[in-house]
Amino acid sequence: MIYLKAFLVGGLICLVGQILIDLTKMTPARILVTFVMTGVLLSALGLWQPVVDFAGAGALVPIVGFGHTLAKGMEMAIAKEGFIGIFTGGFSACAGGIGASLIFAFIASILAKPKSQS
Amino acid sequence: MKTGKQEYNKMIEKASPNSSLIQNCIWAFVVGGSICMLGEALYNFYRNMNFVLSDARLLSSVTLVGLSALFTAKGWYGKIAKRAGAGTLVPITGFANAVVSPALEFNAEGFVTGVGAKMFIIAGPVIVYGVLASVVYGLVLFYIMPFLR
Repeated sequence: MIYLKAFLVGGLICLVGQILIDLTKMTPARILVTFVMTGVLLSALGLWQPVVDFAGAGALVPIVGFGHTLAKGMEMAIAKEGFIGIFTGGFSACAGGIGASLIFAFIASILAKPKSQS
Repeated sequence: MKTGKQEYNKMIEKASPNSSLIQNCIWAFVVGGSICMLGEALYNFYRNMNFVLSDARLLSSVTLVGLSALFTAKGWYGKIAKRAGAGTLVPITGFANAVVSPALEFNAEGFVTGVGAKMFIIAGPVIVYGVLASVVYGLVLFYIMPFLR
């Protein structure tokens, strides 16, 4: 059942992105930025956690979930470190995803021949 | 895939005038939903290996990012993205694709000015504005919330 929920909710979020691409001509970079900031806002308002509880990865895998992770990380950092948390919270929350992207991108750039990309 | 941005722009041009919005939406829904379902499956896999909740979430994201890097390097991700549009852009695999693609494309320009400098050319704004948004939230939490309690 959780798989169906993840599929439906995740699919719906992507559907919203597709409608934005087709109807507004927003560039992919702008859509990613909009979605991640929307995620921070929805999470800050307490609206995204219920969606995560309902759909699991369906609410976390889309980039909106990345914003949710940022907001949660900020909450935790401030609870733990106070004022310093404002500076460390965001980056510590997203370190895993960005670190993984950076590492795998570097490995891929070493292994793949540039020619194979064209 | 050349660069994520160019490729997607081409895809938008190709997709918008001819093929129907409904068809694009179905593709985005099914592919995007499937990636999320895979994320849930990975999460349950790591949970069964006795990782705690947050670690299992993180590891499932890392695995998705790794898979996306592999698919991007092999040129498969771009092929799926041509049909799936936002279905491959919006999930975290799309973020990873946006990091890996330029790293591969600018490989020829060297490790510092190529791979290093261009790696976050598309994903950079996501990190900048995501973190800034969280800082705004942090300021609200630290300075305003105590007065409301």
